[in-house]
Amino acid sequence: MTDGDAIRLDVLRWHPDRPAAPWWQSYEVPYRADSTLLEALQTIKDALDGTLTFRWSCRMAICGSCGCMVNGRPELSCHLLLRDLAPGPVRLEPLAHFPVIRDLVIDQQDFLEKLPAVGAYLVPAADAEAAPDTPSRQTPAQMAEYYQYAQCINCLLCYSACPQYGLKPDFLGPAALALMARHDADSRDTGGSARKAARDAESGVWDCTLVGHCTEVCPQGVDPARAINRNKTASARDYVFDLLMPGRRR
Amino acid sequence: MVTAQTPEVQVIDCDLVIVGGGGAGLRAALAATLADPGLDIRLVSKVVPMRSHTVAAEGGAAAVLRDDDSFEQHFEDTVSGGEWLCDQPAVEAFVAACPRELSQLERWGCPWSRQDDGRVQTRFFGGMRVQRTWFAADRTGFHMLHTLFQTSLRYPSIRRHDEFFCTDLLVDERGLAGVLGVDIAAGTPVVYRTRAAVLATGGAGRVYAHNTNAGIVTGEGMALAGAHGVALRDMEFVQWHPTALPGSGILITEGCRGEGGLLLNAEGRRYLQDYGLGPPEPWPRPRAMELGPRDRLSQAFWQEERAGRTVATPQGGAVLLDLRHLGAARLAERLPMISEVARRFLGIDPVATPIPVRPAVHYTMGGIATGLDGETTLPGLFAAGECASTGIHGANRLGSNSLAELLVFGRAAGEAAAAWARSAPARAGGSLQRDAQAHAQHWYAQLTGDRSAGQPRVAELRTAMQAAMEDGVGIFRDADGMQRACQTLGELRARYSAGLALDDHSRHFNTEWLSAIELGHSLQVAETIAHAALARRESRGAHVRRDDWSARNDENFLVHSLAYCDPEGPPRIEHAPVRLTRSAPAERSYGGAGARVTLD
Repeated sequence: MTDGDAIRLDVLRWHPDRPAAPWWQSYEVPYRADSTLLEALQTIKDALDGTLTFRWSCRMAICGSCGCMVNGRPELSCHLLLRDLAPGPVRLEPLAHFPVIRDLVIDQQDFLEKLPAVGAYLVPAADAEAAPDTPSRQTPAQMAEYYQYAQCINCLLCYSACPQYGLKPDFLGPAALALMARHDADSRDTGGSARKAARDAESGVWDCTLVGHCTEVCPQGVDPARAINRNKTASARDYVFDLLMPGRRR
Repeated sequence: MVTAQTPEVQVIDCDLVIVGGGGAGLRAALAATLADPGLDIRLVSKVVPMRSHTVAAEGGAAAVLRDDDSFEQHFEDTVSGGEWLCDQPAVEAFVAACPRELSQLERWGCPWSRQDDGRVQTRFFGGMRVQRTWFAADRTGFHMLHTLFQTSLRYPSIRRHDEFFCTDLLVDERGLAGVLGVDIAAGTPVVYRTRAAVLATGGAGRVYAHNTNAGIVTGEGMALAGAHGVALRDMEFVQWHPTALPGSGILITEGCRGEGGLLLNAEGRRYLQDYGLGPPEPWPRPRAMELGPRDRLSQAFWQEERAGRTVATPQGGAVLLDLRHLGAARLAERLPMISEVARRFLGIDPVATPIPVRPAVHYTMGGIATGLDGETTLPGLFAAGECASTGIHGANRLGSNSLAELLVFGRAAGEAAAAWARSAPARAGGSLQRDAQAHAQHWYAQLTGDRSAGQPRVAELRTAMQAAMEDGVGIFRDADGMQRACQTLGELRARYSAGLALDDHSRHFNTEWLSAIELGHSLQVAETIAHAALARRESRGAHVRRDDWSARNDENFLVHSLAYCDPEGPPRIEHAPVRLTRSAPAERSYGGAGARVTLD
């Protein structure tokens, strides 16, 4: 396939005014080997069909806006080159397991509500937060405990890859649990006990069935499966300790 | 014609609205709720906060940390870097607040890169005499934004309205009274009736074709303020980042050069030595060669391209950013994201091959004129971050001052707006609601434009605007080119007012409609840039002319420009004095003999 040829994009579309009937629509766009799939979508939007609806922003796989299913796999459209999709056709659908707002735009509210529910923020010690004029110390080894989990861009590809989330939407899911682990593992954090209830609940770590697709699709190399396992270990340990030593302080 | 009725505007009462959920908006929201936990604060943004453009900042944030640094040196680097167009009281306040703000972020969890003993690591950026840039690998903005966003989740008094597109500010006789916009998913109009608002809407890089900015950086916050007579200050000063990918404009951080990266032309020569930045030494030297300021480096590229000494790429000429000598381990530790960007988008491994780069528009130095607490001339309206102009950047911003800025002035604006909201009287009903309905009517009418009357598509006018800016108001400028741009932009304003053709007449998540609204705001901002540039008959910092005004002129132009928008015509340009305290304007020099420094 050479530049200037046409490549076909088949897009699964849906509009709330036609709720019963999603439909497939095909677009022929000019092929350029080093164009991204996002650029092909922008060409459609600008020149062919202004009604095609999708999110995008940074173009460099850091803002997490442009996730969609590409040939059945969750991907960031800005991160895929047409050369890797040639000769097509390319099949585009909204991210699996989410309610659709319109076309490729999914409703991310469920995830946004899970973030505070898992305590996805650092809770500094009271004296540390009150004295913010100088930075505290944290060694590279201490950073390494949590650093890879801190790379999560909240793009939700892992939720689309997760069969358990598809079956049971109240499962906290890979990214939220990775962000829980990220904060639990930070030497500056004192919020672990507050996260415990969410972690140990039925919708928490024990819902994960260890398939590992989340880790395979992550565009940032985060390993949510490892984070969840780490949380399972902590959850099991706490369970045993609580049986043996009721009322102990953590 | 398609007809559309305007839905009834929903009214929500609150104390403070923050428009924009990037670094400045989140920092303002946190400051406001920490200062006054009882306030009802609404954080509205056209994207979910972690999608904001702060996320794409790479290299780092400046604050005095090392023993060999001082506030005086941060001040001197900033003021000379801005070619004395900086407001010096603002710079003094800024440099003194940076360490506290970056430390606060550390306490909230930001993973700053560390030294072996656990202290925060710093690196060089251009125009600095000391290693002053705190960084989190080359994902600094990402980590700062997520730290702020996650911290905001601790405070339920910050109530978010994600994917809310702000269209207008509403005022009454006492000042700011409401923030009107569209709930994007539902497509319904909402007005927040409020006592105060903070604009934290980012820059306007998307008025140019080649830029490092996210698609959302369309400048509407500036136009929202400009519509109420608030001056846009120093808009002619647009920063080209010297190292972006040809074509896409994706940013390759200045941190590459801070870590020792070299810039080579097609002949393999470190060409910056030919532009007053030498001599070339084998080691990195502060304020010289590759560690010169962005304006000088982008101007040097422009000369090299004209002289035919760039490397041809399918998307224009390029110079080569050589990182090979840094080695695989350092690239993986300090520059992992740009290494991945090079591999993914160019198929190049920077360990083995130099990266082709060229300048692209990166930052809007000017913005909504504010004081040190973010206050504007409209009572109750505050602004912070890239959309604002506190006067700290002058004619050329130093790299890594903007991430620090959005914390320092985001906090100041948040605290001041909270105090204002507490003391201002509540706004009463009827007239605001009628005003909101009338404004909403205007935007909903735009939904009905179709192609039957031969009206242009959004992309057609946007592309024409971007081409006019690239052509007439570029790295080097002259009167003819700037006049041509002013003329074209005026014509585009008229065509825009005559109506656009939309394919999409639905209200639900109609991004074509939103881009049409954005374009109207972008055109206003583009005109302020072009007209302020034409009115500055000198060369200073990032504003360089090739005509009769190629020299700096302190006698007549050591002044800020103030652009006043006019929806029906070109903006009016005035000038106002620069506030100087302890640094008298002098020759701005980089390069020269210098001592070797050791990089940690």
